[in-house]
Amino acid sequence: MFDPRLIAQLVVIGFTFFMLLNSAAVLVLMERKVAAFIQQRLGPYRVGPWGTMQPLADIIKLMFKEELRPRTADTFLFYLAPILCASAAFAAFAVVPFGADTTFFGLLDEPVKLMVADVNVALLVIFAITSMGVYGIVLAGWASNSKYSLLGGLRSSAQMISYELSYGLSLAAVIMLAGSLSLREVVDAQSGYWFGVIPRWYVFLQPLGFLIFMTAGVAETNRAPFDFPEAEQELVAGYHTEYSSMTFALFFMAEYINMVTVSAVSVNLFLGGWHGPFLPAWLGWIWFLVKVFALLFFYIWMRWTLPRYRYDHLMEFGWKWLLPAATLNLLVTAGVVIWMGW
Amino acid sequence: MDALFFWVFAVVTIVASLLVVGQRNPMYSVLLLIVSFVGLTGLYVLLNAPFMAAVQIIVYAGAIMVLFLFVVMLLNVRAEDASEEARTRLGIGPGPRRFGAVLAAVLAVEFIWALRRIAVAPFASPGGEAAERTASVQEIGLRLFREYAFAFEATSVLILVAMVGAVIIARKDPHRPSGDL
Repeated sequence: MFDPRLIAQLVVIGFTFFMLLNSAAVLVLMERKVAAFIQQRLGPYRVGPWGTMQPLADIIKLMFKEELRPRTADTFLFYLAPILCASAAFAAFAVVPFGADTTFFGLLDEPVKLMVADVNVALLVIFAITSMGVYGIVLAGWASNSKYSLLGGLRSSAQMISYELSYGLSLAAVIMLAGSLSLREVVDAQSGYWFGVIPRWYVFLQPLGFLIFMTAGVAETNRAPFDFPEAEQELVAGYHTEYSSMTFALFFMAEYINMVTVSAVSVNLFLGGWHGPFLPAWLGWIWFLVKVFALLFFYIWMRWTLPRYRYDHLMEFGWKWLLPAATLNLLVTAGVVIWMGW
Repeated sequence: MDALFFWVFAVVTIVASLLVVGQRNPMYSVLLLIVSFVGLTGLYVLLNAPFMAAVQIIVYAGAIMVLFLFVVMLLNVRAEDASEEARTRLGIGPGPRRFGAVLAAVLAVEFIWALRRIAVAPFASPGGEAAERTASVQEIGLRLFREYAFAFEATSVLILVAMVGAVIIARKDPHRPSGDL
């Protein structure tokens, strides 16, 4: 009945869920602090030492706010939308590995994998679940029955559909190099060093792919400079204009968790996952965390540095530059893979 | 365990597909179609075909249904009133309806015939080895590009032609003054 492997797996699942929830809270604080430093302010500093309790205060505030719903809104879809968004954000992380296999200090006979589900088509699953998340945003826009929400929802889905293509094509190049759709195997293919110094990370083989992936990732998560769905000067708050209290918090959380997922996936695909120098293999998850947070910092840095694009520029950039570049990258990679006989 | 999941997904798929037709609100119809696709995906997973499952979600539920949703949202299709529609509009009158009923009956007979035929062949294979094995992406790729290469290439040419056609039809003629169509 009490199979130790089952318990270990449940612990891993619970831990992943807990960490994702907390990473959203940490990111909120990080975003406010980094933004403050970029703008030469102090940021939150009153609640707890160095403002570290600020996310907790935010959550309590959000919980006690009044829950509002427009009278003409479609009740069922109005409440379904944030749930869809948040659950898609959580579910996508399920196939992302975050460390080498572990026996929990010899407690188990056989090692467990540090991931919720080891699927052999992990990358496609991430794609599938992200495309379900789009519905959350579209439905939020439609069900609110408000012009700003609708415009925000439409923009967001148009943007996500356009950038998903380049996103997928830049992934495909890495898949060809690694010869596997499983994230675990892609990470394992990146262990070791070239000439004893340069880590075998795919970012060195696929610099263009990495750039395309990161750019498309920013657009996918609706972050600045591509934050059109919530362009506050034009659309009030975009698709979540009519949401308040915890329903708003769900959208907010989903956005941050999506950022974490995109960063984690790009760490696994391009930056060698949990492989890194100095640390023993069982501490690999520290490298993973460091890399993910470096990318997240980069996201925040970008948001407070670059102004928002214009909408037609965004579409033009996506279709006329990013997509051809990604296609070219894929073709060249395919040619090299065949030529070198990998 | 598998049998339990099978019944859950099967019931979800069938009920959702029935409700797609039974719904008056087109928005809900589209969403229920997505639910039925998700149910199908569950069935694919139970059949040890994770690749098919993922592709089902990405292509059907993810890409095609978003376009459906867009059309319904942007055209602002109202919930239809069946009784009035049936009387006034052509195409849903009694004549076409009878024709549709005949077609549905023919389809049902065909289905029963087809299902009775295949029930003996692949599902009841006693070895069970092929059914247990997870279909790998590599295997699917090899099959597609070796055994079914011609069909695969022909389909891709067809899709390309359709895509070029769609772009040409949607394109505005630069030589013609606008509004003159």
